[in-house]
Amino acid sequence: MKVSLKGVRGSHPTTGTETSYFGGNTPCVTVVKDEWLLVLDGGSGLQKVSLPGKSTKRVDILLTHLHFDHIQGLGFFSPLFDPTMDVHIWAPASANGTLHSRLSRYLSPPLFPVLIRELPCKLTLHDVANISFEIGPFAIDARYVIHPGPTVGYRIKENNAVLAYVPDHEPALGPAGILTEKKWISGFDIITEADLLLHDGQYTVQEYKSRMGWGHSSMEDTIKLATLASVKNLLLFHHDPSHNDARLHELYAELRNTKERLLPFDLAREGMDIEMG
Amino acid sequence: MAAYEIEIILNRQLADCLSIPVFITDTSGNLIFYNEPAEKIFGTRFEETGEMPVETWSTIFKPLDEQGQPLPPEGLPLVKTLNDRHPHHKVFWIESMQGKPEKISVTSYPIIGRTGSFLGAVAIFWESKDA
Repeated sequence: MKVSLKGVRGSHPTTGTETSYFGGNTPCVTVVKDEWLLVLDGGSGLQKVSLPGKSTKRVDILLTHLHFDHIQGLGFFSPLFDPTMDVHIWAPASANGTLHSRLSRYLSPPLFPVLIRELPCKLTLHDVANISFEIGPFAIDARYVIHPGPTVGYRIKENNAVLAYVPDHEPALGPAGILTEKKWISGFDIITEADLLLHDGQYTVQEYKSRMGWGHSSMEDTIKLATLASVKNLLLFHHDPSHNDARLHELYAELRNTKERLLPFDLAREGMDIEMG
Repeated sequence: MAAYEIEIILNRQLADCLSIPVFITDTSGNLIFYNEPAEKIFGTRFEETGEMPVETWSTIFKPLDEQGQPLPPEGLPLVKTLNDRHPHHKVFWIESMQGKPEKISVTSYPIIGRTGSFLGAVAIFWESKDA
């Protein structure tokens, strides 16, 4: 499967030359195998997504949650307006309404001119909780993780390759930080022994101290988490919009000095393509 | 072993912040966590004992009624919560580490997760002021 990063920025998009190296679009990642296309989150990076081939008539969009930076690209995704397309949207179940009703808060006036029911594609919505399911060649596990509001992480297996995608996650929430006993770690089942983990690394340690409870991780905590879970490769994702390219390069250099021996890691960059399996 | 649901993990992290004794069990009543104030009641440390099967930890407490007679397990708040998945509260006595009866209040509540599923239970012990 081919994993392509279309948006790696957290919270809100950034524009301009200061963030052009790592990219300014909010979360969106595609996973392609043959004619099958999974789209992970529908942030502003969704505008860069194209179908893998002319014969592709189905798209599956897997949303980790419905915060705006993860859905703001949905209304401009062309397959939704194509009557020949079969579009499936998967997102975490909530006790406070169906996925249709919650998505409609965005896809309806005054925030958006088109209603969900007016979209020309054949649209199917799936509320997911702690479940496993299959889409074409992909075996997928979804599990709730710690983040404000219903939020899941996804584990996607194709052939022998495992991608874990947890872009918004605060496993260190609490006085003890990340607990070292594996069964007490949020998201552990999703990320354990993944070949590639894309994980929230929005803050520095110092920034995290004043933003505890906002639902995100420090880069250091994410490296600790990935190490505990024996992840094989880590890409720190969901970059803070206040971190420009120069700052991210600086942070990465500091991390390399202290954490390099723990596991291979890098900062996610918009435009990256990764072949797995 | 699969990781606990995040509702259980968050209850543990909350308990870790509190100065009142808190016990967390799974749906079968096995003790999966107790915090530092609870360690004083227990006389053991969670770091040392780890999780405990219901048969083990339920015998540590000796719940007594006003007449000093043993209370049946089914009358205790936590056992009630595990049975009916509702919160409960009761004032009773337990035998202290020194062998003396101590009056306590226990409040228990079920952990019902986001999907509506029953994931475990929490018991909070309060030292009764009119003891």
